Amino acid sequence: MKRKKRLHIAALYTILVSVALIMIFPFVWSVTASLKTRSQIYSGNPLDLIPDPATLNNYRKALSVLPFHRFLLNSLVLATTVPVISITLASMAAYSFARLQFKGRDLIFMLLLGVMMLPGHVTLIPRYALVRKLGWINRYTALIIPPIFSASLVFNIFFMRQHFLSIPRELEEAALIDGCSRWGVWRNIIMPNSKPAIATIAIIGFKTEWNSFLWPNVVINDFLKMPIQVGLTYLQTNVQSSWDILMAATTLSIIPLIVIFVCFQRYFMAGILTSGLGGR
Amino acid sequence: MQRLGGSARQVRQTLTTWSFILPSLIGLGIFVYGSLVYSLYISFTSWDLLTPARWIGFANYARAFRDESFIQCLYNTVYFVVAIVPLGIVFAMAMAMVLNKQLPGIGFFRAAYYVPSITSTIAIGMVWLWIFNPDQGVLNAILKLVGVSNLPRWLESRVWAKPALSIMRLWQVSGYYMIMYLAGLQNIPNELYEAAEIDGATGWQKTRYITVPLLSNTTFFATIMLIIEVFNLFEAVYVMTEGRPGGSTNTILYYIYAQAFQRYRMGYASAMAWVLFVILFVITLVQFAARRRKEEIGF
Repeated sequence: MKRKKRLHIAALYTILVSVALIMIFPFVWSVTASLKTRSQIYSGNPLDLIPDPATLNNYRKALSVLPFHRFLLNSLVLATTVPVISITLASMAAYSFARLQFKGRDLIFMLLLGVMMLPGHVTLIPRYALVRKLGWINRYTALIIPPIFSASLVFNIFFMRQHFLSIPRELEEAALIDGCSRWGVWRNIIMPNSKPAIATIAIIGFKTEWNSFLWPNVVINDFLKMPIQVGLTYLQTNVQSSWDILMAATTLSIIPLIVIFVCFQRYFMAGILTSGLGGR
Repeated sequence: MQRLGGSARQVRQTLTTWSFILPSLIGLGIFVYGSLVYSLYISFTSWDLLTPARWIGFANYARAFRDESFIQCLYNTVYFVVAIVPLGIVFAMAMAMVLNKQLPGIGFFRAAYYVPSITSTIAIGMVWLWIFNPDQGVLNAILKLVGVSNLPRWLESRVWAKPALSIMRLWQVSGYYMIMYLAGLQNIPNELYEAAEIDGATGWQKTRYITVPLLSNTTFFATIMLIIEVFNLFEAVYVMTEGRPGGSTNTILYYIYAQAFQRYRMGYASAMAWVLFVILFVITLVQFAARRRKEEIGF
């Protein structure tokens, strides 16, 4: 019996390790390749993972072909401002849905939920036309404002409302009796009591915007305002199949998210467990 | 006087309420609801962004169903759904069962399986592009090592391009659904398994008659989400194939994008976007209806 159990565990680990190898391999491959010399990449054995000699030359080249530091900076701006504004607006709306009485509240809430069912591609062309009419092409406003008002805002409203409903009413009633305004309650009582919920949707939002491609690709073609994913595709066209440079660039673009993932893993997981259709 | 004071307070209260909610409503009104109506209008016009839009009725819709490239995209999408959805669901569920075991180091494995799904498709697509490279890529190097003589040309070949893209998508998305299943597994009460053990159930029987049926809710949502995900296949195609070879990896969304932003056929692209929307809507409705029916007959 004991021997059978040990065999069982060995079998489980064999599965775990072999699947993990497949899952991690592309990352390992791109990191190691980014450190190889050009001659090793083109004439060496692709299965040889160890860079010999190791070099940072590919990174230097990637950074000099296109303004990569700008791409990273723009993505950082995009991936922080959009979630911050979205979560602020969502928490405000969520507070009124959770606590305030007004005409048409439930109807408006249902109408908003409908947005989550709407695939983003249906609004792509009209949004582009609108942004073009407003003269926002190649401006940060085009990069940032339209993505705020999308299904993710509605998801955030829904998510924050659920969370607010779980905060005991007594906390705010005392403050209201003391003459605190609704805004004061929202700012000083509700928001400070929602930090884990905010962290969860902030992390999802950061990931979504860091990885976003289609919209920025359509509205930005100025290198100085381009986020990293769009910049990568321009690099790809520029250097064709210079895998050494491309792998350095992809590694640069993937690493920030992996670091964030390792630090905030539990918020990522919490994000999936609560997200359903909207959180992606 | 008193009544007036009361109504002033009421007005102030109403103003406060709406000040909380109006910023979101105005933004969504313009960028989502307004855009939706605008998109429907554009789909009935011929418009290249430069000259004024011209109303042409249903011509764009009629054209879509005569357009061989669009039909090919629909066929390709069905292929991808068949190739990716069942395998993805089975793989995610099976791996979740393994990851649900309390073993040392399990946290590391959970994280490792999940990492591909947070990575940008654009970036990792470039890595896979090289993995699939028939001459310098690592996949063919491995196949050669194990003695395969007739090496596939992967993304360059009409036969192998679709499987290659499916492999890449399966690799990338299954971790996400695996975590969903993990959450589902943790909701199954342990007593059920204990009771089954007392009745002498084998491991396989427990999986078959307890775990899988009790995960049906997760399977339902995971299937819908995965189908929608496959229908929206775009970035991998953009980086890895641009629809080639011969349109064999072209997808609806990529075709819409190309028609709109490379050929400036805004009306035609909008009409196809609506067709895609309606297809997704119907699929979701059918799945919900099927689930209700299943529940009624007590499956």
